[in-house]
Amino acid sequence: MMNPFMLGGAVAILLLMLAALYRLVWGPTVFDRIVSANMIGTKTTALLLFIGVLYEHLEMFVDIAIAYTLLNFITTLAAAKYFQRRPPVDASAAGTAGEEGKP
Amino acid sequence: MIDLVSTVLIAAGILFFAFGVVGLLRFPDFYTRLHAAGKSDSLGSVLIVTGFALYSLKTLSAPAVLVAIKIFFIALFIFIASPTATHAITQTAMSVGVKPWEKGEKRR
Repeated sequence: MMNPFMLGGAVAILLLMLAALYRLVWGPTVFDRIVSANMIGTKTTALLLFIGVLYEHLEMFVDIAIAYTLLNFITTLAAAKYFQRRPPVDASAAGTAGEEGKP
Repeated sequence: MIDLVSTVLIAAGILFFAFGVVGLLRFPDFYTRLHAAGKSDSLGSVLIVTGFALYSLKTLSAPAVLVAIKIFFIALFIFIASPTATHAITQTAMSVGVKPWEKGEKRR
């Protein structure tokens, strides 16, 4: 038997992830995409816990959730560091001062 | 009792997630979107994860307590790491030169 509250919560989080995917695909700057990817990753941690309760193997899915949280944090930091060294090409589309010779 | 508390925590977390997604979709520029996404996302996920820890403590056996401790560690890590990630993205955007939106401009 599946807990109806847990099932509803999992479906709600899945729909919220789909809504956040809009910003990931059509975001005007690359930073919008990074923020959206970070947000979807955080929601995935919660979704993994929901799935663990639904399948009654929470002790297994907790480890996956820990690994996913760490990976999500590292991914965001790595993307931020990368674009600090190498400014994105679409930065000028968002009203930036692209021609001022920033490194 | 503990079931009711964990249910309320999880429902509040989903509500905060929904607010964050609405802010991410509706605000006019990058910094305002980050303002919505960063704070509501970290608070919502901490609420949901704490709710699951209490849910796991429903049966007081040794494996359930171990699972609850692991879930509390996830909550602690998110509480530290999510603002750090938000700060790193903001710093990068400032140093690259994304300009903040001002009143009257077109939304972007």
